[in-house]
Amino acid sequence: MNSEEVSPGDDRKSVTRRRLLLGVPMVGAGVCGVAFWKMLSGMQAGSFNPHDINAPVTGRPVPDFTLPDQPPGTGFAAADLKALTAPVLVNFFASWCIPCIAEMEALLALQKHLPIWGIAYKDKIENATGLLKHAGNPYSRIGSDRNGRVAIDWGVSGVPESFLIAPGGLIVWHSAAGLDNSEVRDGLNAALKAVGGR
Amino acid sequence: MSPELGRFALALACVFALAQAILPIWGARRRDRRLMAIAPGLAIGQLIALLASFLCLVNAAVTNDFSVSNILENSSVTKPLLYKISGVWGNHEGSVLLWTLILGLCGAAVAAFGRNLPSALRARVIGVLGGVAAGFELFCLITSDPFDRVWPAPLDGQGMNPLLQDPGLAFHPPILYTGYVGFAVPFAFAIAALMEGRVDAAWGRWVRPWAVAAWAFLTCGIALGSWWSYYVLGWGGYWFWDPVENASLIPWLSGTALMHSAIVVEKREALKIWTVLLAIGTFSFSLSGTFLVRSGILNSVHAFAQDPARGIFILALLGVVIGGSLALFAWRAPSLTTGGLFAPVSREGSLVLNNILLCSICAVVLTGTMYPPFMSLLFGKTISVGKPFFDAATIPLAIPLFIFMGFGPMLPWKRAQLWPVMKRLWVAALATLAAFAVTMIGLSGLLPILCATLAVWVITSSLTDLAGRLGLFRVSLGQSFQRAKSLPRSAFGAGLAHIGVGVSVLGLAVMSQAQHKIVEVHVGQSEQLAGYEWTLTGVRNVPGPNYTAMEATIEIRHDGHLVTVMHPSKRSFNTQNQTTTEVSIHTNGLADLYGVIGDKHGPDDNPTYVLRLHYNPLAPWMWFGALIMAMGGALSLSDRRMRVGAPRRAVASDVVAAE
Repeated sequence: MNSEEVSPGDDRKSVTRRRLLLGVPMVGAGVCGVAFWKMLSGMQAGSFNPHDINAPVTGRPVPDFTLPDQPPGTGFAAADLKALTAPVLVNFFASWCIPCIAEMEALLALQKHLPIWGIAYKDKIENATGLLKHAGNPYSRIGSDRNGRVAIDWGVSGVPESFLIAPGGLIVWHSAAGLDNSEVRDGLNAALKAVGGR
Repeated sequence: MSPELGRFALALACVFALAQAILPIWGARRRDRRLMAIAPGLAIGQLIALLASFLCLVNAAVTNDFSVSNILENSSVTKPLLYKISGVWGNHEGSVLLWTLILGLCGAAVAAFGRNLPSALRARVIGVLGGVAAGFELFCLITSDPFDRVWPAPLDGQGMNPLLQDPGLAFHPPILYTGYVGFAVPFAFAIAALMEGRVDAAWGRWVRPWAVAAWAFLTCGIALGSWWSYYVLGWGGYWFWDPVENASLIPWLSGTALMHSAIVVEKREALKIWTVLLAIGTFSFSLSGTFLVRSGILNSVHAFAQDPARGIFILALLGVVIGGSLALFAWRAPSLTTGGLFAPVSREGSLVLNNILLCSICAVVLTGTMYPPFMSLLFGKTISVGKPFFDAATIPLAIPLFIFMGFGPMLPWKRAQLWPVMKRLWVAALATLAAFAVTMIGLSGLLPILCATLAVWVITSSLTDLAGRLGLFRVSLGQSFQRAKSLPRSAFGAGLAHIGVGVSVLGLAVMSQAQHKIVEVHVGQSEQLAGYEWTLTGVRNVPGPNYTAMEATIEIRHDGHLVTVMHPSKRSFNTQNQTTTEVSIHTNGLADLYGVIGDKHGPDDNPTYVLRLHYNPLAPWMWFGALIMAMGGALSLSDRRMRVGAPRRAVASDVVAAE
């Protein structure tokens, strides 16, 4: 069956080489196994939490950024948020993000008493504009974060994400879940009361 | 049928499984015929014990035994009977029990259908399956006991997540798990072959039906899950690249590769080591997917009760199963003999290409899924990988796959020439060009146009291949009919499965052009979407068995003619204080009209309602294609050659060794 004629010495050498090569999957699985074990023990010790996406920014001033216009809105920068005298909700969204579309109804209702500034995350300008044309536009100002760089500074883990900005530009509340969830809305309202919003 | 009896039966199954793991393999090693011969009996015994255990849990659920904490947490008196039964596997503990039951079923199936396997190989395969089952039964008994009692027993349970109270989801887990667990059989064959140090054509032929069966179930399971998210979640989406979805897609991709490379082992005795690795890899991916989701490492919308302590047990189990099998692979695979040679342009060559592309897509999905937790572990950064990455990385790999799917099956074995095959495909090529012209007009975006065109190419070239085999248009119809009778069903099955891929891809490509609109309207107001006029004619409250619903009536007109009246509703479940949206879908086979009712705003005397309206062209084709693929698999399984005759090894060392 063997297609090549090989001398026993060559054969042994090639078997060793093949054995090393075929050991690669085992080593790969081993590395993954160790990593998973570290994750699990970290989760038990509380040092590693893959679900905790609230930590990075709350309680800090907004990071520095400047965003270009996303029609139909105008772009904004960190200085604009810092110059505010009333609370504002900053909402990251994208036209390719289904939960964001589902969230739009809730945002449209919310913007009647809390201004919402939108940031289109990793989205083509025309797609985001199209979404707002179809779904309605809850945003007073909209910036385009085409390459997602600004989102990294904000610690955004995925869209939709919302940040409540207190007057002066302090991030006081954050949710990585959509605002169509009533519990999230309750959390937002509580945070809003604390900073003196309606 | 008390819960204690169920726990006892589970423990008994575990004892059977341990015996099944040790005795036959030891017997195969010592060439002790009596020890090898008890393997099927043990496998069937294990299945009976597992079945008894599972029925005890179902019984507890149906009779509302809330002293069982698992039932208490997931059921309630008012829940309809179907969901009392399906609720058994709608939670962590019960689903592990179902998982184990299906594994037991696989072992018993090998025992029942594997009569013509050499006794040593059969003993080893059943033994390996027993070992895996024993691990999961121990997991069930030690860390996730479904029969745990509470005292005092409350009068009513806490109820089930309303999202899961759906007929589609009732059958989704059993089918999906059958797919996952079914790959345990090729895995067991691979381990048995490594123990024997022998992989040959007969081995390829024995493995293939098991891989095809598992693949067909996994295909159905994934499609059903995607369909469920389409019509239950009410977002109009069907695939979210969620870690749980990826966990099922990864073994599907590697399993598809396995199914194809096993053909090369069977026909040409080549790619043996690779096929063994794929068999181990596919089952390893199935196992790891389950583990990652249950341990809570991956962030997912599919919330299972997550418990790191439980995770450590599964990780240890995975270490033994995956680590052990890969160590055995590294040790024994190098001594497997290499097989037949072939030219790059040949059937084997095209199947190698298929494997390379499928495994690349698999690697991409795996990387995208595992990147966030690894980044978080190594650099402390939380990031997410979403649809843009997966789309951008998988579609360019899928495009060459579709191109080669067209002529790969028509290439002869060993050495082939492209030109004669291309000449036979001129009709398909013309159809593809025509499709390209049509899609250029009808669709927007480069990728949807390319994918839709290639889908037509896959369908037409598969049809050409089948027509060519039957001699259609060359010989008389009667002769074609004769040929059809003698043509192996696996050839029809493969053609059908490829057509199914084409149908699904066409659905996916055209679905990318879906339109939707979110509107806030008064009763009586109309909206235009995709050439249809959608009118909200009324909203009323309807009581249900364990919920109350707000039901809208939407009339849809096209050119003034009434197309359909749909009734989307929003249900409020009292027990869980949760609401679900009931989507209303009207389909004509070519497009879905999809309506969802959202919140009610404004004063009670003149309220407005938020409606979400979708127009989803070719949406049903996505799942219909998956069904065709699974039917192709089933047709191929009904091939006589898969069962009788050939599964006999060339008389060789085996018989001699057994003496």
